[in-house]
Amino acid sequence: MAVGILALQGAFAEHGQMLDKLGAEHFEIRQLRDLDKNPDRLILPGGESTVMNKLLHELGLYEPIKKLIEGGMPVFGTCAGMILLSRDVEDGKTCFGTMDIRVRRNAYGRQLGSFYTEDSFDGIGTVPMTFIRAPFAEEVYDNAKVLATVDGRIVAARQDRQLVTAFHPELTDDTSVHEYFMAM
Amino acid sequence: MATRYELNKELAQMLKGGVIMDVTTPEQAKIAEAAGACAVMALERIPADIRAAGGVSRMSDPKMIKGIQEAVSIPVMAKCRIGHFVEAQILEAIEIDYIDESEVLSPADDVYHIDKTQFKVPFVCGARDLGEALRRISEGASMIRTKGEPGTGDVVQAVRHMRAMNAEIRRVQNLRDDELYEAAKQLQVPVELVRYVHDHGRLPVVNFAAGGVATPADAALMMQLGAEGVFVGSGIFKSGNPAKRASAIVQAVTNYTDAKLIAELSADLGEAMVGINENEIALLMAERGK
Repeated sequence: MAVGILALQGAFAEHGQMLDKLGAEHFEIRQLRDLDKNPDRLILPGGESTVMNKLLHELGLYEPIKKLIEGGMPVFGTCAGMILLSRDVEDGKTCFGTMDIRVRRNAYGRQLGSFYTEDSFDGIGTVPMTFIRAPFAEEVYDNAKVLATVDGRIVAARQDRQLVTAFHPELTDDTSVHEYFMAM
Repeated sequence: MATRYELNKELAQMLKGGVIMDVTTPEQAKIAEAAGACAVMALERIPADIRAAGGVSRMSDPKMIKGIQEAVSIPVMAKCRIGHFVEAQILEAIEIDYIDESEVLSPADDVYHIDKTQFKVPFVCGARDLGEALRRISEGASMIRTKGEPGTGDVVQAVRHMRAMNAEIRRVQNLRDDELYEAAKQLQVPVELVRYVHDHGRLPVVNFAAGGVATPADAALMMQLGAEGVFVGSGIFKSGNPAKRASAIVQAVTNYTDAKLIAELSADLGEAMVGINENEIALLMAERGK
């Protein structure tokens, strides 16, 4: 049993380092045969959502991963990963669309809009939050619920065993959000 | 807590495992984005054409760069001349995502690089070895790439630079603590950066390959040699079927150790860029800015 980290592009290694700190087993998913290692959880990392969406389809990973998520496997999406899970994507394509949220890509603008802050996260307390050309959720509906907001914008949400953050907990020293995910 | 510099290094982390493509028009930018580029480099002429045209090569027209920023949703980079801090100020003013202080353009200063610590926007710089890389980092670069030899379609120099850098990193790793001061002196860099390399066995920022990458095999070669991602300049839009080649290179970078897949990706790509061998060229761009 181990966490499968989608490793098509982006900051997937950083998630592996967080899981190492927690003593959790993990492996990279780069192609279909990697799913034979039977993940019991999934992480969709930060990076470019357009790149990951395209490679998921080209490598035949899209359908099997979608089935795993729909089957209730816990999944954690950060930044681009949040976009991949959203049902509605403004100015972009829906990928898995398994979570009842509507996101806006690059919602804070270009790199000069990237920022760091600390704010409260429902069920954890104050956590460090690094936003890199980040999205945020415009709206959360049906079964999804908000876990964190920054300046009134939704930056973390959960629906059953799907967790998304617009920020990058894997870029900080704080393992609390990963612990929260592992306990889901 | 996190500074602007940290945020800028972190954007480079998001680009890892990806391909950054040179584009000269909004149409090319859209082709690159659709093919899976994780960022595009906006420039008026790709390096092969700069090389062919000769003369002084400068920062691109801001209007042209803005056209590309509007055409795609992925990060947009642009080049300024080495040492030309006003070109960099202009690129920052139009909110470029990353500035490449690049030897592909004619250097504006033959002594000083830009003091990149004075900017909010991130910089990537070329390097041929560990000393150059750490000097650029001490000036504020938040991402490094090999210089390679741009616009040639010849990967030999990128290979040479990547091997040189990694060999020196391994050497520094094996030094005793009290030998790091002498290493810093030899490399002409601050000892703190040498200590980082010694302790971590890597550069303190993300390191991409660039210069002369023309095929999926070239890209996978650079990844196997330790690159964390790849810039492709002239190799895509100087080839017979840019969209297909771009897409194949993107896949080869993700699965760079899967020879069977790369074999499939390499089939039927059409004409690769013609290329020039390094001993056939008069101008070595990699020699600019050390």
